[in-house]
Amino acid sequence: MRTSPLVFLFQLVVTLLAAAFLVVPAVTSILAGVTVNYFQGLRSGLTLDWVAQVWGLYAPTIFRSIAIALGTLCVTLLIGVPAAWALVRKPSRMTRLVEEIVTLPVAIPGLALALALILAYGGIRAFRASDAFILVGHVLYTLPFMLRSVMAVLAGVNVRTLEEGAASLGASPWQRFAQVVVPNARPGILAGSLMVVTLSIGEFNLTWMLHTPLTQTLPVGLADSYASMRLEIASAYTLVFFLMIVPLLLAIQFAGRERRTIQRKARP
Amino acid sequence: MTSADRLARLMLLPLGAFVLAFFLLPLVRVVMVAGQGPNGASEYLSVLTNARHFSTLLSTFLLSAGVTLATLAIGMVVALFLVRNRFWGRSFLVSLLTLPLAFPGVVVGFMIILLAGRQGLIGGLTQSLGMGKLVFAYSMAGLFAGYVYFSLPRVLVTLMAAAEKLDPALSEAARSLGAGRFALLRDVTLPGLAPALVASGAVAFATAMGAFGTAFTLATRIDVLAMTIYTEFTLAANFSSACALSLALGLITWGVLAATRSFSGSGVAAAG
Repeated sequence: MRTSPLVFLFQLVVTLLAAAFLVVPAVTSILAGVTVNYFQGLRSGLTLDWVAQVWGLYAPTIFRSIAIALGTLCVTLLIGVPAAWALVRKPSRMTRLVEEIVTLPVAIPGLALALALILAYGGIRAFRASDAFILVGHVLYTLPFMLRSVMAVLAGVNVRTLEEGAASLGASPWQRFAQVVVPNARPGILAGSLMVVTLSIGEFNLTWMLHTPLTQTLPVGLADSYASMRLEIASAYTLVFFLMIVPLLLAIQFAGRERRTIQRKARP
Repeated sequence: MTSADRLARLMLLPLGAFVLAFFLLPLVRVVMVAGQGPNGASEYLSVLTNARHFSTLLSTFLLSAGVTLATLAIGMVVALFLVRNRFWGRSFLVSLLTLPLAFPGVVVGFMIILLAGRQGLIGGLTQSLGMGKLVFAYSMAGLFAGYVYFSLPRVLVTLMAAAEKLDPALSEAARSLGAGRFALLRDVTLPGLAPALVASGAVAFATAMGAFGTAFTLATRIDVLAMTIYTEFTLAANFSSACALSLALGLITWGVLAATRSFSGSGVAAAG
């Protein structure tokens, strides 16, 4: 049935309005960050002064966020990849329970998780005041994404058979994990890693509670600039954030497409 | 037990230790603190018994339900349009619509300020049309717009994937049996999309119930649960109340996600 012109027009208008709703403010923010005076508009000229000011004011938050994101990635890889294999290889009621508990933090608001961490460990001053406190929160929140991503790939490639093959050739359990399981999990590890880094760099709900004035991250600095800086600086800071996050997002989408194509080809 | 089983068990240890130390024990602490306030164990139910908390719960719930319905309605129209039509620039449009996926709540709050704030685009537009300056960013309406902004890209991704898997033969059959446009939508398209609608709707709902960043950026006075927990904890230092409300909120978001997951197979992760 050909769509009636009216229905088509309605769908088109809704789609364009939705796109405008999402894109216009983002573009406005990018432009405001490089405009001399936002209220006079682009006529007032373009400048990188605001970006330079952001750099002067907030550069430490940018480096801290990158460091915490990479640290979070390391921990989630070290904890998550071996655990994903262990959970996938022999599914039982026990492994399902473990999986359920481990993915629980995704379903609970970050604010509540942060509150729990503060009540339990806030008294340990050195820990509370360090970046490690934020790192723990980020690992708690991103670990399920790494686990799920790796588990999904491992469940798809049928690790058991591969492992048995390797075992029949005399490979030790550790060799099987390192040389058979990990290489086969690579697409999942890649997708999970991109997800973990993206989420960690943008994390605010937990981090706002966990940070101290000396451990501000990028999103915490953003909230600070939205509340207390002129619009151009807030926009320039947001622009810096976009420059960090958008390549990561594009990489996630690209990796996802790649994986789907592989899966489609693999299907008979 | 084979040596591989032993290795597997060993490899679960770090995960178990981390989750025990930084999730389960802190959770126990929250449960304890919630019951040790001036109101004792009755604090656990304060979200229902305390009139102020209950009205906050109600307004958060209504806001989240509204956000969910609006996002699903917009998302379904856009997803069906993008899946059924091929045109020049389509994949670019899809990229634009899904790009905000990576924006955290704080940034979304700023987007709403730029759109509907004191110096916002909408206000400028209505002013130049002689209707006065329309400013709604710093209120429940702004939060509503913010959560739709936050959830729309996520909902779209899920719905588009589901719409692509709809079997065209089903609609062909329905049409050949004389189904009209509306009947087709109601009896074929909607049931086909139902699992995706439920899954993505649940995530949108849970996010709107528990998110904090957007509300924090827009205004500290907005009366939603996350803001109440934040002010009780940091400003009023009313720990038992903050803990009890956190437990209630966590139970609600987890419950919604768990219930819909068993309905629709696998859930989509919430982020924000």
